[in-house]
Amino acid sequence: MNYSIIRYILFRVLEFAAIFLILPCLVAIIYHEKAGFAFAAVMVLCIVIAEIGKQWKPKSNVFYAREGFVTVSLTWILLSIVGALPFYISREIPNFVDALFETVSGFTTTGGSILSDVESLSRSVQFWRLFTHWIGGMGVLVLIIAVLPLSGGYNMHLMRAESPGPSVGKLVPRVQSTAKILYGIYIAITLLQMLLLIISGLSVYDSILLSFSTMGTGGFGILNSSAGSYSIPSQVIITVFMILGGLNFNVYYLLVVARKPKEAVKHEEARVFILITLIASVLITLDIRGYYSSTALAFKDAVFQVASMGSSTGFSTTNFDLWPSFSKAVLFVVMAIGACAGSTGGGLKVSRLMILVQDAKHELLRVVHPQILKKPHIEGRAVEEETLRSIQSYLMMYILIYIASFLILSLDKYDFTTNFTAVMANINNTGPGFNAVGPTCNYGGYSVLSKLVLMFDMVTGRLELLPMLILFSPSTWKKY
Amino acid sequence: MQIIVVGCGNVGSTLTEQLSSEGHNITVIDVDNRKLQNLVNSNDVMGVIGNGVSFAVQKEAGVEHAHLLIAVTGSDEVNLLCCLIARKTGGCHTIARVRNPIYSMEIGYIKEELGLSMIVNPEFTAAQEMARLLKFPSAITIDTFTKGRVEVVKYRVGADSVLCDQSLQQINSRLKADVLICTVERDENVYIPGGNFIIRERDEISIVGTTQKTLAFFKKLGAAVTRARNAMIIGGGETSYYLARQLLAMGLQIKIIEIDKERCEELSELLPDAIIIHGDGTDRNLLMQEGLMQTEAFVSLTNVDEENIMLSLFAKSLTKAKLITNVHRISYDEIIDSLDIGSIIYPKYLTAENIIKYVRAMDNSLGSNIETLYRLNDNRAEALEFYIKEGSPVVGIPLQDLPIKPNILICAINHRGTITIPGGQSIIQVGDTVIVVTTNTGLNAIGDILK
Repeated sequence: MNYSIIRYILFRVLEFAAIFLILPCLVAIIYHEKAGFAFAAVMVLCIVIAEIGKQWKPKSNVFYAREGFVTVSLTWILLSIVGALPFYISREIPNFVDALFETVSGFTTTGGSILSDVESLSRSVQFWRLFTHWIGGMGVLVLIIAVLPLSGGYNMHLMRAESPGPSVGKLVPRVQSTAKILYGIYIAITLLQMLLLIISGLSVYDSILLSFSTMGTGGFGILNSSAGSYSIPSQVIITVFMILGGLNFNVYYLLVVARKPKEAVKHEEARVFILITLIASVLITLDIRGYYSSTALAFKDAVFQVASMGSSTGFSTTNFDLWPSFSKAVLFVVMAIGACAGSTGGGLKVSRLMILVQDAKHELLRVVHPQILKKPHIEGRAVEEETLRSIQSYLMMYILIYIASFLILSLDKYDFTTNFTAVMANINNTGPGFNAVGPTCNYGGYSVLSKLVLMFDMVTGRLELLPMLILFSPSTWKKY
Repeated sequence: MQIIVVGCGNVGSTLTEQLSSEGHNITVIDVDNRKLQNLVNSNDVMGVIGNGVSFAVQKEAGVEHAHLLIAVTGSDEVNLLCCLIARKTGGCHTIARVRNPIYSMEIGYIKEELGLSMIVNPEFTAAQEMARLLKFPSAITIDTFTKGRVEVVKYRVGADSVLCDQSLQQINSRLKADVLICTVERDENVYIPGGNFIIRERDEISIVGTTQKTLAFFKKLGAAVTRARNAMIIGGGETSYYLARQLLAMGLQIKIIEIDKERCEELSELLPDAIIIHGDGTDRNLLMQEGLMQTEAFVSLTNVDEENIMLSLFAKSLTKAKLITNVHRISYDEIIDSLDIGSIIYPKYLTAENIIKYVRAMDNSLGSNIETLYRLNDNRAEALEFYIKEGSPVVGIPLQDLPIKPNILICAINHRGTITIPGGQSIIQVGDTVIVVTTNTGLNAIGDILK
């Protein structure tokens, strides 16, 4: 293990953290808020440490998958701690564990809050809270790769460790160009949403913040009612962009950059994701029709909620916790499946599900034809044995972490449903669960231990298990 | 440039590595998933799994936007077909590796008719390089510039050489040869020497000069400049055949030892003037019997690298013959180099170098103005030939007044075919080509040599 290069990259990450912190400082200046001093102080701290640390050049440039994984998980831990400092210093979230929880929830695009009254926050703090979603959505290291000319082949190891999906590929030969294209698309869609929200009648400040939260598939709201008090056009726009955020970004690449609309439309994972969203919305509409004055209104709320849970955003327009059991069950399933690989969303990922379902089908066929040879296919190509194996063990590790977290959470004061859905909502980076962690409630009531477990789940879920788990394997830390 | 490489064997991966590090965007196509994964993991390139001949696979690799497709799979036919399809769909430049001697007779016709930009044949290239070395036995390697008029010759200083413990100034005043010592490699380090630099035993020096001048320089040194009169070749593969043909044309006596009876018969038909011996080339008695002691050049060309190296070490212990060793695997080159067994030829490396030269020339027409580029001393130094265009910052100023960066040496100026080894007063003019040797790799234009 090459510690020196990891250390070097972490100092570069601090540098970027300082750049991110400029934005809330500007917001504080615009609105004359004294929270700005907290941001400025943390920013200066980051710059000083980064500039000193950067002089300490790495001893060697050896960089393999192991270094990639460790760098990514340490980056996320470091960034969460740095990001939590302004909340804590400005005393707007006086408890440090709470501040950390809020930041982790932000960067991992979970959107589960410990705050009961988010409207009381100052505007700069509110801005930082939602901006963390946007950075975390596409990934901070992907941004660093796009901007910095990191030499050598090692940036692919970073990209692979940070981007979601069973197999991370490149769009174009160079990692740096790939990262640039991804961020280009991301920025473009975010700007488009800001524009549309402004047109729909929201204030500029609200539009910017909501776009950060939507495109990062985060879920922090500006209002205590989440998205419930916005106008119907605004809600529709948010619905559409939540789905866009949950789609595989390859689709946009094919559509806009490569100009192959036919291939973009044929993208299997995106199709299945949209199909799941539609079916779930229709089922819920049928179930909740009686609560609404018209089917159209019921459908609007159903689609919003399905898109929100499916893309792992976690906004709500209504308290869906009051919906009948069947609707809640559908939402839970949608939440478990999650978004597409290569999107900003979380969850198990649609492509993993598609491969696992095919594999299960083949296993049944194998009973009838024991000698049969069959491989799952996705996007018109056979899935390699290795990918399949890694998906199966991914599922197993996911379940084990789930069970362990659930057991620890059960020590706390809440009921079965609350704990069970809280773990799901955090490991899948969705945000709200049911009962005591439902859309109108928050995570503030959990004990410190439970909060730590949930934070671990969030980061582990966002980084797709392995980068975090590898930190706990002793052989990772051996030099030889 | 957008470049597609089909096949990621030895040549393919060397090419990919080099071209990618020179800033080209590479997509690699191969059927073997594992090999491809390895390459993609260690280099910043994209991989596409599939048969490079397939139109769909080529399209996926982006052949429509590619500038160049290089087909270096193991099969000649696949390579040719790849190029043909790429040429028709993408209209890009194409380079194919074709090694079968049957095709090599018709290479011109194939190249013309299929619209290929270049055909490379590793065995032939290797043989050519060996023949060149045998013409000039003192050299370890020879690279040529300005269409062969300038040579960069690498030479190892022996214990009894007159160069030993002399500074460059002393050497200049004593030998009065119009050549330039441009790099010195000593214990892993590469120096661009100044006038006070003192040459030591076992240094590997590179000398720039015109062909006649370098020859004269070596004569004054007293090093062996007369070419070998006979050569013993162990192993009768394709390279041996090409080499023997060239050496026979130069008037050398050739003896080939080959273990396979059928191949011996084939060779004796193809090369009636050579002596073909059927026997085991690693058999000590046979070698002695066939006159190893009297041979002036010894070339080991069996298929096994280890055998070649052992044979050369054996020959070195008994004779003063010029040794040439063929090595296929590139991985352990620094260890083999340290054995001091004369010239080592890496056919795959040579092939890659040739292709890279072509790519650079192509790139040239798209922007940069490097005519030729050689990697000296395992990539730690480069010799580059620049074409001087109108408005270049180096034109018309005496070299001593140019603010040239450290570790850069202007070795030769070619002014309308006249080669001069420049001094402080020399002036570069528009239309000249200039050869620069540097340890700062990554120069793209002549302006880059200035501070």
